[in-house]
Amino acid sequence: MSDIIDFLKNFLPGFGIALSVIGASAVVFPFAMRRLWGFICDRLGPNRVGPQGLLQPFADGLKLIIKEDITPAQANRLLFLLAPAVALTTPMLMQMVIPFSEGYTMVDLNIGLIYVVAVGAFSVLGILIAGWASNNKYSLIGGLRAAAQMISYEIPLILTIIIVALLTGSLSLNKVVAAQDSVWFALVQPLGFIIYVIAGVAELNRTPFDLPEAESELVSGYNTEYGGFRFAFFAALIEWGNVTVWAMAGSTLFLGGWRGPFFGSPFWLGLKVFIMALVVIWFFTTFPRLQVDQLMSFAWKILIPLSLLNLAATGLFIVLWPENFLIPTAILSWSCIALFILFFPGAVKKVLMRKRLKLLAEKKLTALISGTGRGGIRS
Amino acid sequence: MTAAGEITGQDRSMLHLEEMVLNMGPQHPSTHGVLRLVLHLDGEMLISVDPVLGYLHRGFEKLAENRTYLQYLAMISRLDYLSGIFMEWSYVRSVEALMDIEVPKRAEYIRVIIGELNRIISHHVAIGDFMLNLGAVTPFFWVFRDREDVMDMLEMVTGQRMMYNFMRIGGVRWDLPDAFEADCRKFLKEFPGRIDEYEQLITENEIFLSRTLGMGIIKPFEALDYGISGPNARASGVDWDLRREVGYSVYPEFDFAVPLGQHGDCFDRYKCRIEEMRQSVRIVEQALDSLCGGPVNLKLPPMLRPPEGDLYRAVESPRGEFGVYLVSRGGLRPWRLKLRDPTFSAISMIPKLTPGYKIADVVAIAGSLDLLMGGVDR
Repeated sequence: MSDIIDFLKNFLPGFGIALSVIGASAVVFPFAMRRLWGFICDRLGPNRVGPQGLLQPFADGLKLIIKEDITPAQANRLLFLLAPAVALTTPMLMQMVIPFSEGYTMVDLNIGLIYVVAVGAFSVLGILIAGWASNNKYSLIGGLRAAAQMISYEIPLILTIIIVALLTGSLSLNKVVAAQDSVWFALVQPLGFIIYVIAGVAELNRTPFDLPEAESELVSGYNTEYGGFRFAFFAALIEWGNVTVWAMAGSTLFLGGWRGPFFGSPFWLGLKVFIMALVVIWFFTTFPRLQVDQLMSFAWKILIPLSLLNLAATGLFIVLWPENFLIPTAILSWSCIALFILFFPGAVKKVLMRKRLKLLAEKKLTALISGTGRGGIRS
Repeated sequence: MTAAGEITGQDRSMLHLEEMVLNMGPQHPSTHGVLRLVLHLDGEMLISVDPVLGYLHRGFEKLAENRTYLQYLAMISRLDYLSGIFMEWSYVRSVEALMDIEVPKRAEYIRVIIGELNRIISHHVAIGDFMLNLGAVTPFFWVFRDREDVMDMLEMVTGQRMMYNFMRIGGVRWDLPDAFEADCRKFLKEFPGRIDEYEQLITENEIFLSRTLGMGIIKPFEALDYGISGPNARASGVDWDLRREVGYSVYPEFDFAVPLGQHGDCFDRYKCRIEEMRQSVRIVEQALDSLCGGPVNLKLPPMLRPPEGDLYRAVESPRGEFGVYLVSRGGLRPWRLKLRDPTFSAISMIPKLTPGYKIADVVAIAGSLDLLMGGVDR
């Protein structure tokens, strides 16, 4: 009996905190997204329910709860009902090892980094189940896209997390935060941080990598058949819960976690999480969606070689200068970023133009047809 | 197998591919109305695409036979609801030509002004929807913000935001309101800057370029074979614009360029529309400058009785050549009215353009062709 009570004593607070963090993120971020998106589109966004529309997410949630719960007739009922619950495990479990503040870690694992990677990889499962069980072709394509995409982008993500482990010399997340006492790893390893952000956005299926739920092609992708509160599970709790834990892990690994000026507290962690989520929203408002093969070639031809080289260089510096490897790492990383900003857009354009001309040659474009030619310009 | 190539029979037998049929539409977020596309898929790859039409059929041609010439005018702008003025324009042109009516000069200028404003808002929707198909959500709202300004002006002139019913046989319904010119000039001054804004957001984006460059190439001769016209054909390098070639209305008086593409891909079709918006601004400016006095319509009796005969008159609508073939047997009603819609030709190109591409490209290509089902299903 006392075992059970002990278990509940340990389990319930963590469960409650994890659930409330996800719930809070599902309330705050969709609202922030809509207002920010409205601001970017030169309109107001939802501002009617409550002061400044603050109660809008609750109204939306209420509306979704009172809707009829529908399971498609031909769906695999058990898996269909199970999928949202499975998908929710990642954001729930990921928070267990995140240090919220000095001494406030739910479970201080000494292999926290490996745990983060392992639990993160779990998130594809729920989406795949949802896509398969819906018995809808759009859902199936969405689920398979998610599987291919998330497995591809897992690799650069893990490679950059290994860099953090190298820089810290430990796999414990508390040690990672402690190691960033003097300088954030995002400043030492900006290349790694940017790869973490890009690969993470792809892991989260957010724009420009939102192929699994590409609205204009697959209606709503893997969650097409979900309605009512199950849809809210996918659209709010799981999506934004995943964004939150990704941002939590990111700020712990690269932005100094809960540490900040004046005092260290969950406040700083929350602020960093919010800013990283705003970056995700900003991507959403600015970018079109990538094509499937472009997505894959971006992961395998650019991100993975780059993060492998980055890992090798960092390892080399640590071997060469075991005492102060941070400075050469930072120099290399920053110069990589500078080179990228200088040359990458131009190189992409050049490659695309060449591809266009090649395709055009294959189509054998013949002479231009001309009308009377009065006043015509060629753009 | 190339990106734009076709899957050969040998490939298929080697890989044991199974074909999946995906029914996209008529209820689908990116078919813009009720286009139904039956996709035959091999994984993500398209083997063939069959457009299925007819979900918006309203019997426009048959209904004309039961309406007087003036009554039908109220209907026809509902055909292609984003560019209603051009539907009315080509219809009144054909009736005027049949009856040999000379339209007052001022009415022609007003027609050009309203028409070019309508072309701008139609291209707004084309670009916004195209970007929405590519997954970019913000450009849609940006163009709709500016579209609203033009809609307000059109409402000021015609009393309607979309279904104008503004053209009359022998002129236009009424004169421009006093406040119109100032509003219009203000808009024309601001608008080129806003087009630059769109281009900053869209044209410079590498993802957009990677999605559109070299995608869905239409050769000039293909465009002619399929009867494609308007910006879609001009993007392929077909130097043909009815405003210039036929020179109807007062267009010969204006100095404007006809933007041409050289590659005929999705990017060129997008870029052609952007440039056409700039040219429309130029035309409206010149038309406002040369606006003369005089009556805006001829007081014709409501019951028109054109002489016996048949003819075809077309205008350059935002989507291409919109034409009306009118047969009169001397009665109060048209004996036969045949409408030629440019989107119908553009849709017939989709099965040829898409095989070998991915699912996402079918919506990109369809978006770049600026399809609008209202005109297709007459």
